[in-house]
Amino acid sequence: MMENIYLAIPLAPLIGAIIAGVFGGKIGRTAAHIATIAGVATACVLSFIVLKHIAFDGNTYNETVYTWAATEGIAFNVGFLIDNLTAMMMVVVTFVSLMVHIYTIGYMEHDEHNWPEESLVGRNSYQRFFSYISLFTFSMLMLVMSNNFMQLFFGWEAVGLVSYLLIGFWSTRDTAIFANMKAFLVNRVGDFGFLLGIAAVLMYFGSMDYAEVFAKAPEVVGKTINIYGAAEWSVITVACILLFVGAMGKSAQVPLHVWLPDSMEGPTPISALIHAATMVTAGIFMVARMSPLFELSTTALSFVLIIGSITAFFMGLIGIVQNDIKRVVAYSTLSQLGYMTVALGAGVYGAAVFHLMTHAFFKALLFLAAGSVIIAMHHEQDMRKMGGLKKYMPITYWTSLIGSLALIGFPGFSGFFSKDLIIEAVHESHVPGAHFAYWMVLLGVFVTAFYSFRMFFLVFHGKERMDDHTKHHLKESPWVVTVPLIALAIPAVISGYLLDPMVVGDFFKGAIKGVGEHESLVSEISHHYHGIFPFILHGLSATPFWLAMGGLGSAWFIYMRKPEIAEWFYNKFRWIHTLLDNKYFIDDFNQKIFAGGAVALGKGLWKYGDRMLIDTGLVNDSAGFIKKLAGWSRYLQTGYMYHYAFSMIIGVLALMGWIIYKAG
Amino acid sequence: MDGWAILSLLIWLPILGGLIVLVAGDKLSRPVALIFSVLTFVVSLPLWTGFDASSYLMQFEEKHVWIDTFNINYYLGVDGIAMPLIILNTFITVLIVIAGWEVIKKKPAQYMAAFLIMEGIINGVFAAQDAMLFYIFFEAMLIPMFLVIGVWGGVNRVYATIKFFLYTFFGSVFMLISLIYMYNQGGSFAIADMYNLKLGMTAQILIFLSFLIAFGVKVPMWPVHTWLPDAHVEAPTGGSVILAAIMLKIGGYGFLRFSLPMVPDAARELTWLVIFMSLTAVVYIGFVALVQKDMKKLVAYSSIAHMGFVTLGFFLVYAIYNNTGSYEGSVLAMQGGMVQMVSHGFISGAMFLCIGVLYDRMHTREIDAYGGVANTMPIFTAFFVLFAMANTGLPGTSGFVGEFMVILASFKANFWIAFLAATTLIVGAGYTLWLVKRVIFGGVANDQVAMLQDINKREFTFLAVLAFAVLLVGLWPQPLIHVMEATIVHIVDLATQTKLPGVN
Repeated sequence: MMENIYLAIPLAPLIGAIIAGVFGGKIGRTAAHIATIAGVATACVLSFIVLKHIAFDGNTYNETVYTWAATEGIAFNVGFLIDNLTAMMMVVVTFVSLMVHIYTIGYMEHDEHNWPEESLVGRNSYQRFFSYISLFTFSMLMLVMSNNFMQLFFGWEAVGLVSYLLIGFWSTRDTAIFANMKAFLVNRVGDFGFLLGIAAVLMYFGSMDYAEVFAKAPEVVGKTINIYGAAEWSVITVACILLFVGAMGKSAQVPLHVWLPDSMEGPTPISALIHAATMVTAGIFMVARMSPLFELSTTALSFVLIIGSITAFFMGLIGIVQNDIKRVVAYSTLSQLGYMTVALGAGVYGAAVFHLMTHAFFKALLFLAAGSVIIAMHHEQDMRKMGGLKKYMPITYWTSLIGSLALIGFPGFSGFFSKDLIIEAVHESHVPGAHFAYWMVLLGVFVTAFYSFRMFFLVFHGKERMDDHTKHHLKESPWVVTVPLIALAIPAVISGYLLDPMVVGDFFKGAIKGVGEHESLVSEISHHYHGIFPFILHGLSATPFWLAMGGLGSAWFIYMRKPEIAEWFYNKFRWIHTLLDNKYFIDDFNQKIFAGGAVALGKGLWKYGDRMLIDTGLVNDSAGFIKKLAGWSRYLQTGYMYHYAFSMIIGVLALMGWIIYKAG
Repeated sequence: MDGWAILSLLIWLPILGGLIVLVAGDKLSRPVALIFSVLTFVVSLPLWTGFDASSYLMQFEEKHVWIDTFNINYYLGVDGIAMPLIILNTFITVLIVIAGWEVIKKKPAQYMAAFLIMEGIINGVFAAQDAMLFYIFFEAMLIPMFLVIGVWGGVNRVYATIKFFLYTFFGSVFMLISLIYMYNQGGSFAIADMYNLKLGMTAQILIFLSFLIAFGVKVPMWPVHTWLPDAHVEAPTGGSVILAAIMLKIGGYGFLRFSLPMVPDAARELTWLVIFMSLTAVVYIGFVALVQKDMKKLVAYSSIAHMGFVTLGFFLVYAIYNNTGSYEGSVLAMQGGMVQMVSHGFISGAMFLCIGVLYDRMHTREIDAYGGVANTMPIFTAFFVLFAMANTGLPGTSGFVGEFMVILASFKANFWIAFLAATTLIVGAGYTLWLVKRVIFGGVANDQVAMLQDINKREFTFLAVLAFAVLLVGLWPQPLIHVMEATIVHIVDLATQTKLPGVN
């Protein structure tokens, strides 16, 4: 019974995707969205049943569905591992996906305006969009439900494919098709490391199956690998860092973060679903899943911690100077992913996954709210042309407020619990680099509050800066948009209260390993923990709260009361603005050095290697040489009998001489 | 089907068909060619269904004395590596006939005949168990290909055909010398006998090098690859498809059938050379592909890079042993190489057919002449993006399977081999997606693109069939891997035993 349910959960959205994708043109728009929503709704309901079965009734499931390939005694299987971690991810993925599906009905309703009239590919764009997001849901479910590395990689790349298709959805826009190629390639850099990591796992653990690999981990601890020179590296460290490189690509950690802001070229529903709530957290999920390996390498954890803390702080800073409403949320996503990575690095995987969950709800909410604003503004995304939308869009306003408060970690909202826990854990952590990370995440709290409420005030309060035409048409979005907002606002508040069972309790007991030092870290936190309300009260007096309030207050003062401060700051510290506005020049660097370099290298190899050296030098010259040789050999065939006779005699003499020489 | 000489039928039926097509004339040539190609494909299917996958021994054997004086036999048989390639050949030929249906206006009867005859000869290459017979088919195959490029080719076809012919002919002459040498030593041209022949190191090295030239040119391996882009660019679509999907595979097949089992000690000695050439193909050629302006050249270079995985997978066996002290992983690597061969047959065939579809409409292969094709050809776009993704090795497509297996195995040989091989993830995606971006996406670039008609039923048929194959192997490669397993284990066995005289 349960087996069929597990199988049905990914397949239902896949069937929906196929119906909408292949037959979309024939069945029309309504049938396409009904088919896909039915598929995802089925998956969502079943996921809740699974959650009950696994988390509350205490079951786990780990079985093979079919053998994809088997050779030399190594089985590459497709199979499911369903434990508490998986069940939670399934619920988050299918629930957010369902909300996004419903929301899309409203958001993409007039999508034909986004296409040139003669474009055939724009004809069924509505159905195609539904097909893609259902396909995404399938891929993401395959990723989280996997019980082995091969299928993990399959899901990993499949979500990347759908992300590529969706970022470039409006394929007639040059910026969109640049962004989607960039996203795919940067992700491939991560996958490059990821695949090598999987290869390392296969070599030293001899299996692709999670359970077998984790069971064998203690045996591999002492093994070393020689990569360069005489230095011996711990195998576990190398494997973990390689796997984490994959996570850096997918979860957009510095320096592989560059694709995520550009991914905002895609329609907003997928920014919410893929580039905020689910796909980008695949890296976090993966590291949490691999916790039995990461636990064994402090070096790898330290690496994770440092990368995460740099992302958390410095990407947040960029958010301050963005004027595009979606880009602010995108940089905020980068920064929050940094927080999750920091938690992984500190060894509190449970806290990372907990923040992943709360973030999925409130960030999807913020994106969808931003989308609602964008609809009202007739696809204007520049916040400088907004303002005062509060009175026109009350539902969007209030849900945005909830999302923003959750994001900045206001006590009582979900983000508060998860973020406070991370900061606390980093404070207690002894992983090298924890001190640096602590300051980064602490300062990050101020930055988060500042850019979040800068956006909030610029959009919903203050002067109405839009043109008259837009102003006259301002209205609240239709119910298909507002219902998902409300439905997401609820968990954006209450999911934080799951802190008690999920992190302090033993919800992730079997799935996530904290051993040795990190185990004590969690128990340390549990030790200080005396229930949810004392936790909130304690939060009200702690540093992060005051930093958040400081950020919120500064945003209010600067953007509501004294805009000239921003002006003054801009003039005084223009270099900071330039640095942030150009995203630390990382994009320019990549474009020149990597993209430019690759093309230059290719041209060089082609011109000098293939054409000059091989073709002209070896092939055509040897053809020429043979021609010359033939010319010379013509002299050997003169046609004169005495020439032949002479050479024959010389030949016989030479041969006889050689034989005599040999015999002697 | 016992008692039926299936392999002979697979060789001579299409050749006979080719002759009948010639007689039938231009008007009837298409249906007759289709009938014979489908018939041959159907005849090849019992090879799969009747195949005993648990054995590495030759199956469906036929043996008749041919030239008694030199002990040359008409000796046919297939094992787990030859059988899938024969079916790939009969399968692709059907698609070629369909693809050339309306497009070939000039001498269609001769065009169809050339491909049918080529099909028979190539089946002969894969089925031959007598080295002399192999050599004859191996050389004979050049003739129809030479004609296909020379008659139906593009503007520079003469340069391309001569380059193609000389390159490949140059390669095989050395092989002939080696085969005759081995006959002199052992008194038999039977390939199986050559496996048992003891050979000194010098002889082995020379034989290995001669095979390396013969098969390396065919694969083609860097640095003897430059004939391929020229041949592809000038060849008609069908020629490119056969070239990429089937003929290149003969090179890879040769390494498994000849080099590794016949001269294993030399292979062990020179494995670094082959690995170096393979990795250069993967990395160097990837960058060269990036800057191509002609779509066919780009795909041709990408073929070379993908074939680099084949030769890498085949020759990892010794490097794995040197690093780990065991041969574990060698079968995985070699399986990966074989799957990559079959998969590349589908994907490169599909890519060239796609380019053919565009070329038939626009009469140019310049990437710059396109842009925004998605707007006028949405169904074609769906196929093209699928095949492009398969070309980048996306999981779920056949392109993933081989690369994945080879990269996993190469880690056992050396971290840096795996590192360089895995760069294809980035570079391969780079040139393929950039091609897609420039040709398919974007706004409509010009009036010609605006006038494009989407694919018709005929084109839909062959693209859909290939798409199915690409996804089938990608989602469930196990049946393919299973039929090859026993044979590959046996080849690894042969390749890891010494054949130096006085040992054992």
